[in-house]
Amino acid sequence: MAKQYEFPGKGLPYLLVLPQMVVVFMFFFWPAAQAMWQSLYIQDAFGLSLTFVGLENYLKLFKDPLYLDSLVRSFVYAGLVAFTAMTVALFLAVQANRRIRGALFYKTMLVWPYAVATLVAGVLWLFMFNPNIGVVSYLLSKRFGVAWNYLLDDRQAFLLVTLAASWKQISYNFVFFVAGLQNVPVSLVEASAIDGAGSGKRFWRIIFPLLSPTTFYLLVMNLVYAFFETFPIIHQVTQGGPNQATTMLVYKVYRDGVFNLDLGSSSAQSVVLMILVIALTIVQFRFVERRVTY
Amino acid sequence: MIERSIVRRALPHLFLVLALLVIVFPIWLVFSASTQTLADVLAAPMPILPGRHLLDNYSRALLEGTKNLGAAALNMVKNSLIMAMGISVGKIVISLLATFAIVYFRFPLRGFCFWTIFITLMLPVEVRIMPTYKVISDLGMLDSYPGLIMPMIVSATAVFLFRQFFMSVPREMAEAAQIDGAGPMQFFARILVPMSRTPIAAMFVIQFIYGWNQYLWPLLITTKERYYTLLIGINRMLAVGDALVEWPVVMATTLLAMLPPVIVVIVMQKQFIAGMTETEK
Repeated sequence: MAKQYEFPGKGLPYLLVLPQMVVVFMFFFWPAAQAMWQSLYIQDAFGLSLTFVGLENYLKLFKDPLYLDSLVRSFVYAGLVAFTAMTVALFLAVQANRRIRGALFYKTMLVWPYAVATLVAGVLWLFMFNPNIGVVSYLLSKRFGVAWNYLLDDRQAFLLVTLAASWKQISYNFVFFVAGLQNVPVSLVEASAIDGAGSGKRFWRIIFPLLSPTTFYLLVMNLVYAFFETFPIIHQVTQGGPNQATTMLVYKVYRDGVFNLDLGSSSAQSVVLMILVIALTIVQFRFVERRVTY
Repeated sequence: MIERSIVRRALPHLFLVLALLVIVFPIWLVFSASTQTLADVLAAPMPILPGRHLLDNYSRALLEGTKNLGAAALNMVKNSLIMAMGISVGKIVISLLATFAIVYFRFPLRGFCFWTIFITLMLPVEVRIMPTYKVISDLGMLDSYPGLIMPMIVSATAVFLFRQFFMSVPREMAEAAQIDGAGPMQFFARILVPMSRTPIAAMFVIQFIYGWNQYLWPLLITTKERYYTLLIGINRMLAVGDALVEWPVVMATTLLAMLPPVIVVIVMQKQFIAGMTETEK
């Protein structure tokens, strides 16, 4: 790493980092510390007294069938969202990357939905699939005889939020896959074509392996997205129901904290989530480091 | 053989058009619903083609809002804009300053500061909901613009991007400025920041969208309608019985919420893509 020129100065650099540091400590470290501290206590219903209980909040959490159920659900959901959004995006990126007419138009049209808010994505799907007035649910029930009501049916609700969350993430993945595909050396692909590799073989043997850094990066980002950033969809479309079919971890933290006012449990859940994000971030950076030395 | 090659050439178009339909259809539907009367929307299935009530619905949305909420979208547009601008500009300013210190000065706590900022990558607001809420409430910042903006303006991403760029600036620039008698702040304001236009623009696009699309945080800390952002307003308008939802007005509001970030992406597509894919490295 080339060293940058250094200005002399003792007080100035501190002054410069001060605003950032104040915000970091006030809104990141202090609350995170509070969550950890709070997770070791139980507060009575009036918020008057605190009792130290050690790890009891955690033990209770991991004995709670509802929590374990939500944990498993969140993992299945995150896996499905990541898989769907990435597969579709990769497929489309490969198509748009061919030398075809209007490639730029397609790319633009597939990129801008990135700007659509996650909540709006939820509203769009809720509107299409509303059991009473939704256009798609009308088609499903009148033409295909599917009894569509995601407000009552567990599996339909789960499917709906998974689809809405995946739909929203396609553009993000598309941008990265297109960028990744443009970095694949054309000469390599042509050479294998001359050697007689068909297009399927060229993709799986040459292009896909070369894309693996992008794919891996996206996998982690998609999991983080599904775990943490799809809260608006759940909150708007299903509110975690029916029968907790769509109660993902973040939604549960919110509900237990804001409505059930169970601060001990909510804090313990926050800490579990922090550990989850930290684990994902470490995996990410381990991989990036390896790629750099390699 | 020729037939096969025609099919082969048409196939990518077919897939892409299909994908565009899947992506665009829901948005088209919202647009269409925002131009019809409530009765039309409620008549399952609603007409796919737009109706004639575009102006009615949008002016109702902007000036009056739905009956159940009674808050005009115009004010929410203002709030969303203040939040998005506050977050994006705030992030850029404090990150530029901090990165300048970290790259151009040697001071004992340099490494500590860098890692402190870095760790924030791992703590999205979603995992520290309740305690952050408590901090804001203790500071008396519920229902206020600073409360909406402040906890969101730390950005490890911006620091990374700017750091990368600052490292690539030839060191002779700073040396020359120093010899010419310019202080560090003069170098920063007159040379470094103007040079950083491209990464700043890239960050602006990404953070503006991020700020505009924030949901959980405003949901927690705004209780007064005066401070509702568009997304919160939409959620509140939908929070009535199914039959009572004034779909055309809600859909008009939804479209209004979609428009600004989409325009920013389309207009600044190049900077946007560069910004997204470069912070990865």
